[in-house]
Amino acid sequence: MSQFRFRSPSALPGFGIAYGFTWIWLSVIVLIPLGAVVLWAASLGPAQIYAIASRPQTFAALRLSFGLSLAAAALNAVFGLIVAWVLTRYSFPGRRLLDAAVDLPFALPTAVAGIALAAIYAPNGWVGSLVPFRIAYTPLGIFVALVFIGLPFVVRTLQPVLADVDRELEEASATLGARRATTVFRIVLPTLVPPLLTGFALAFARAVGEYGSVIFIAGNIPGVSEIAPLLIITRLEQFDYAGATAVATIMLALSFVVLLIVNLTEAWTRRRLGRG
Amino acid sequence: MADAAPPSSPTSESPAARLALIAVAVIFLGFFLFLPLIAVFTEALRNGVGAYLAAFDDPDTISAIKLTVLVAAIAVPLNLVFGLAASWAIAKFEFKGKSLLLTLIDLPFSVSPVVSGMCYVLLFGGQGYFGKWLQSHDLQIIFALPGIVLATVFVTFPFVARELIPLMQEQGTSEEEAALSLGARGFRTFWSVTLPNVRWALLYGVLLCNARAMGEFGAVSVVSGHLRGLTNTVPLQVEILYNDYNFVAAFAVASVLAGLGLVTLAIKTGLEWRYGDEISAAHRR
Amino acid sequence: MDLKIRDLHKDYGQFPALNGVSLDIRSGELIALLGPSGSGKTTLLRAIAGLEIPERGQILFGDEDALSKSVQERNVGFVFQHYALFRHMKVFDNIAFGLRVRGRARRPAEAEIAKKVRELLDLVQLSGLEARYPAQLSGGQRQRVALARALAIEPQVLLLDEPFGALDAQVRKELRRWLRAIHDETGHTTVFVTHDQDEALELADRVAVLNKGNIEQVGTPDDVYDRPETPFVYAFIGDSTSLPVTIEQGRALFEGSPLPIGAVDSPDGPSRIHIRPQDVTLANPDDAAVHGEIIGLRRSGAHRRADVCVGKARSRIEALLSPETDVSVGERVGLAFKGFAAYPQDPTPPKLGLARAA
Ligand SMILES: Nc1ncnc2c1ncn2[C@@H]1O[C@H](COP(=O)(O)OP(=O)(O)OP(=O)(O)O)[C@@H](O)[C@H]1O
Ligand SMILES: [Mg+2]
Repeated sequence: MSQFRFRSPSALPGFGIAYGFTWIWLSVIVLIPLGAVVLWAASLGPAQIYAIASRPQTFAALRLSFGLSLAAAALNAVFGLIVAWVLTRYSFPGRRLLDAAVDLPFALPTAVAGIALAAIYAPNGWVGSLVPFRIAYTPLGIFVALVFIGLPFVVRTLQPVLADVDRELEEASATLGARRATTVFRIVLPTLVPPLLTGFALAFARAVGEYGSVIFIAGNIPGVSEIAPLLIITRLEQFDYAGATAVATIMLALSFVVLLIVNLTEAWTRRRLGRG
Repeated sequence: MADAAPPSSPTSESPAARLALIAVAVIFLGFFLFLPLIAVFTEALRNGVGAYLAAFDDPDTISAIKLTVLVAAIAVPLNLVFGLAASWAIAKFEFKGKSLLLTLIDLPFSVSPVVSGMCYVLLFGGQGYFGKWLQSHDLQIIFALPGIVLATVFVTFPFVARELIPLMQEQGTSEEEAALSLGARGFRTFWSVTLPNVRWALLYGVLLCNARAMGEFGAVSVVSGHLRGLTNTVPLQVEILYNDYNFVAAFAVASVLAGLGLVTLAIKTGLEWRYGDEISAAHRR
Repeated sequence: MDLKIRDLHKDYGQFPALNGVSLDIRSGELIALLGPSGSGKTTLLRAIAGLEIPERGQILFGDEDALSKSVQERNVGFVFQHYALFRHMKVFDNIAFGLRVRGRARRPAEAEIAKKVRELLDLVQLSGLEARYPAQLSGGQRQRVALARALAIEPQVLLLDEPFGALDAQVRKELRRWLRAIHDETGHTTVFVTHDQDEALELADRVAVLNKGNIEQVGTPDDVYDRPETPFVYAFIGDSTSLPVTIEQGRALFEGSPLPIGAVDSPDGPSRIHIRPQDVTLANPDDAAVHGEIIGLRRSGAHRRADVCVGKARSRIEALLSPETDVSVGERVGLAFKGFAAYPQDPTPPKLGLARAA
């Protein structure tokens, strides 16, 4: 028997067939198709990808997608924190309904959310007619859609952590004379930084790739309100696979960098906090 | 769910602060979550029930509904079988490279739907790797049913597996081993021991998978080709109606999808309240 | 500053966690709250701190009504069983926290804070560790940081909830002595909770014994040990077993025959007498009023313990014997009692188990 054991022995049957099927199906559906993207990107090479990305229309779309996704994730971090706080710590009539509703952006198909948001924020819509500036068909409209789509990520990541925060820490702070606000900002919030970062990252990643809920409200004017996923579709429709691949590659790469930064920060905070 | 502290607790915010925070949360959620939901139904019923129902007389809409049901009927069982196989292998056995496999299974969640559709175009589209070969054999994947099914399977790939794996891992292998020691055969053990233990999580996963399969827009949009009456799923039909300024019909069709989403959400919430432990804590996301 | 607690009631739903507790704590005293699990020790401590709001009663800090003050205003140092250190702050910042959060008018300058923290670190013997995070400390060190943090605000009262509960026996003993030394040095009025009677008896000036939300007895360690006022205290502090007896005109009858233990100051009727194992001696079974069969023999430290089953009801009496005593299981022995205690209205054996929610 060699030292390396692929799997530990077990009395249960069916490992081989289940394991084999898993890999085959995974390869057919996910790995080979994604491999095609990688292959296509590789055949373009970095220089050409860079050249495509620096074309004004492409660059504008990428900048718009990433900028608005960051902004929307940031807004969600703030309001998601408030929502999670209220839902885990207070009891009030309708709390359970509100809690269930947080999952709406997951449950509503994106196209449905998209036309609904467009209708509300259009110049003659419920909200659009109330404000003196345009929301729909501008980057602001995109921002609204991205906030909608990202909210549950922040709330759902924060809730379990918030429920687990040791109440004694807050009590200790109070006995030491700290006012409630001081306790919240200096004792509770610092322990929420890691899940807040995770939620932010998830919301951001979702927003960058989001298509359905955005295009109806976006206006889709090249260079102004055209998001990167839409640009991919446009390029594909023009049979410009290279252009589409380049945009997709950059989207993936930039998302990866942002997620990496967030994850490293999170790991660093978590390590520092350790167990108290 | 943690019980909220009593109002007199010295370690909670003042009543005024609580009220303000609750108000902020309610208003924020009202604007971003409830308003769009209400809008779907009011816009759909804007011209009365007659106009609402008339939207479903459109043959294109009817064929879109048929297509969507067909696609879900193919994609969901495929992912169900995959989910069972993957969770059996991953949760009940110890082997090298498990976390890599887990990461790869989750991969479709972190890929933009548009990119998910795009990979199949790069493979099977006119200029794709197999485009020429498919054309010469008169086979069509992109802009046809197979492409739509593939894209749908891709985006719903992890749903069942990721509900089952944490739960089955938690449950361990002792019950199966007991069944085997009592003389049950392998499949019998799976059927009468493993499956009943995960039935709620399985239902939950299938439900989410189905909702997403029927509602998927971005990925399907890329591979469908938007041929009216032929390759339009319900969400794509909503888009077409909307872009035709046929708003009432668009919202009427959308309201069906919204209803599906709401029913899914209601069942999911109900399952979580009743069988929270049996669905396992790891699912909340 | 002394502390007066008057008729304090605290209910959790229907369940009375504190059922009319009154207690006077003298200035500079170190008092232990001792009692079985669920007896309300933590609740009483948290009520003093302002972390629980009692339904009824009075808490006075000196002459001031503490109940009208918030936790923040009470200026109590609270040390939690599981430390409750702020883990995103270094040791230094943990200790300085209470000073830094003071209002501008009362906040010392940063240099003064640093000086104070250094002094406290010295006091708790943790100098040099101020730049560590709590996660980088041992349990005993964490508890000392928690104490330093509580002392930093110069509290009117120092409250400790099972401060050594989470530590191993060796460290516990060490910290016990050390806490006493710190108390003698700083002179804070200190209340600490424990369910370890050795800890309470060894450390405290006085001990308050709690049972089911009531105080059974308050007294010096000698008082509660040698002169327990209630059967519960007798049974809870130190070892004891008891015998059902009938009192008739100051004499105790065990199954009809009088016990040779002198006069019993109890009204007539069914009662019990309580006996400590060291007060039980073996006698000739034929002359003794109480005799029975040895059903168990155990070695315990320098002694041997024998369980003796007596009478028709087969009551269990424990005896502490010298290891040389030549007895064996199954042997019939007589018992004589050098000391005992009897209480009026005491027909059933005391329950020391967990207090149950009603
Ligand atoms: N927040 C609460 N809600 C309901 N009941 C409570 C609560 N806190 C304590 N109790 C009950 O009040 C009683 C007294 O609890 P307390 O914590 O004061 O006991 P204790 O003497 O400190 O016990 P231990 O030695 O186990 O810490 C217990 O029966 C407990 O179940
Ligand atoms: Mg306690």
